[in-house]
Amino acid sequence: MFQFMHYPPQLWFGQLSLGLINGSFYALLSLGLAVIFGMLNIVNFAHGAVYMLGAFCAWFLLNGFDIPYPVLVHGHLALASAHLPSHLNMWWALFLSPLFVGIFGMILQRTMLRRLDGLEPIYGLLLTFGLAAIIQGLLQNAYGSSGEPYDIPGVLSGGHNLGFMFLPNYRIFVVVASSIVCFGTWFAIERTRFGATLRAATENPKLVQAFGINVPLMITLTYGLGVAIAAFAGVLAAPIYQVNPTMGADLIVVVFAVVVIGGMGSILGSIISGYMLGLIEGVTKVIYPQASGVIVFVIMAVVLLMRPSGLFGRAS
Amino acid sequence: MSVNKKHLFAGLMLVTTALIAPAHAAASKSLTLAVITDMSGLYKDAGGPGSVVAVKMAIKDSGIEKQGWSVKVIGLDHQNKPDVGANVARQAIDQDHADAIIDVPNSAVALAIEPIVQEKNKVFLIDGAAADILTGAKCSPNQVHFATDTWALAHGTGGAITKSGGKTWFFITADYAFGKSLEKNTGAVVIANGGKVLGHVRAPLSTPDFSSFLLQAQASKAQVIGLANAGGDTINSIKQGAEFGIQKGGQTMAPLLLFITDVNSLGLKTAQGLEFTSSFYWDLNDKTRAFSKRYQALEPLKHMPTWDQAAVYSSTLQYLKAVEKLGDATDGRKVVAEMKSFPTDDAVFGKGEIRADGRAIFPTYLFKVKSPAESKGPWDYYKLIAKIPADQAFRPLKDGHCPLVK
Repeated sequence: MFQFMHYPPQLWFGQLSLGLINGSFYALLSLGLAVIFGMLNIVNFAHGAVYMLGAFCAWFLLNGFDIPYPVLVHGHLALASAHLPSHLNMWWALFLSPLFVGIFGMILQRTMLRRLDGLEPIYGLLLTFGLAAIIQGLLQNAYGSSGEPYDIPGVLSGGHNLGFMFLPNYRIFVVVASSIVCFGTWFAIERTRFGATLRAATENPKLVQAFGINVPLMITLTYGLGVAIAAFAGVLAAPIYQVNPTMGADLIVVVFAVVVIGGMGSILGSIISGYMLGLIEGVTKVIYPQASGVIVFVIMAVVLLMRPSGLFGRAS
Repeated sequence: MSVNKKHLFAGLMLVTTALIAPAHAAASKSLTLAVITDMSGLYKDAGGPGSVVAVKMAIKDSGIEKQGWSVKVIGLDHQNKPDVGANVARQAIDQDHADAIIDVPNSAVALAIEPIVQEKNKVFLIDGAAADILTGAKCSPNQVHFATDTWALAHGTGGAITKSGGKTWFFITADYAFGKSLEKNTGAVVIANGGKVLGHVRAPLSTPDFSSFLLQAQASKAQVIGLANAGGDTINSIKQGAEFGIQKGGQTMAPLLLFITDVNSLGLKTAQGLEFTSSFYWDLNDKTRAFSKRYQALEPLKHMPTWDQAAVYSSTLQYLKAVEKLGDATDGRKVVAEMKSFPTDDAVFGKGEIRADGRAIFPTYLFKVKSPAESKGPWDYYKLIAKIPADQAFRPLKDGHCPLVK
């Protein structure tokens, strides 16, 4: 049996499969970021927070919502909460969570982000960074840092022994589901009439508006779409990690590096570099695990030196 | 002449006041306690706001405020970064006039804060950090170490599992001072008990996905996978270990450091059967139960106390007793010497003592996580397997190479 760099092939195949799975999350998240940056010119630092909200939303859908309301206790205002029971499983969550979080994102865009139109991207970055800190802080105060458990749905539990590794069924599902969403989004933006209009609206909003198309509405919907993809990734992540207020913050910086490597705003670039960096990270975890936290940034630095606009970005 | 007399009198008054002032300030009975902990990351539930609650309980139980002392508590976030922690500690001492720094769950941060406390001659009550070097080569006359350390954890869990047949080990280690220390200590215990260490992998702190490391552990065919990590990292390792069928494949997962909040987060279905060492559990005896119920009512998330928070309570109580006896908290070294001079006695750890190297000595316990069927209700998570007496639970004084021990 062949050996490569002293490691048995089982280990390589295993790590590459895992890299592909982690790459799926990177691809989904960087795709949403690329869509938002490409179409709205906003560096959406709240992306990690909405990914986390997606996971929390799934948890709420399964365990019910606590709705706080103010009450008077001995003449003082206090908070009480009512429990709204809910037992919707992950299949519902995969659909409902992106919907709810998407609507939440659209409200944010309409009430706050829209006011930054025409300003430097740094303003959007600061605003979304602040929003992320607030959302994360609120959930941390309410639920702590250890996270809430979320079980893998019954039909997807268990796994297959592939000979070189034990592959949980759920992880296969993650790769398939994320590939479908990535391909679907790419197709919708690059290959449909709606996507063509959207791209035109980014290039020249005034001209497109002159054709009777409601450009502000399109922009809101696009932001909603980008956020919904992140929430979808959050639901997929819930059973693998704990549903944890910091789960987005741990990931967002890496995902930004992925987007920069792929080329800011490039849809295809974000998808390909997402999967690719997942694989590279997987390999690093075998050769020199200590570096697995920084390898993505090393690659980012190299790419920026060689191709400042990213691997798939167009030089401006 | 009369004018000159007046001047002279005023001058005398000024000099007298100036002479009296410092003496008066030294005798002023005000204390500031800075709880420097993880307020936003993976160790927040283990220490965090709960540690502040524990300090406030200790202040109340010590009765020091009835003796005319005013005590201020500030809670600060070190973000698990040694540089941030060092800055926060410096600010707490210089600007907030903190007399003591408490908790610091994260050994790397604790090691960064230690020289600052010594330089400023304040007191460092270490509770959340577990690296055994803190009472070894890095011991200081300005600090005491409560709760557990990596030596105790390694000997408790590592010893018990190796003796009961888990002879081959593979470690998944948090890549910083604490993880490395825990791995080294446990490896030594495994080898001393006739076992063998097959390998290790060093995972960066706060890694979300442990599957790659778990796969390497699985491939090693070791009987036991030792988790030399803590908090969120341990939770993710155990949860993903279950997903990858580690336990079903016959390998044992051994969390070398576990908080009750980790078990609460994982749920008993996933955590059942785990064996581990802890110096505290709320359901040990009447006193721990009464303490924990009081704590739970005050804690924002209604969690039961972790061993870290219990140690924060115990160490703060001993500190306040010492300050009250001395009547003065300005000289940190004196306060620590006083803390060591009389036995500890409190609701969480019972009777104990603080050794010359700063190590507080209590019994520790080997626990097993209950199955969902065995648990009678919320927080009923552990069953006691064995009690390790105080004199065996911690590293012998002479083996630590602490310069304070002659």
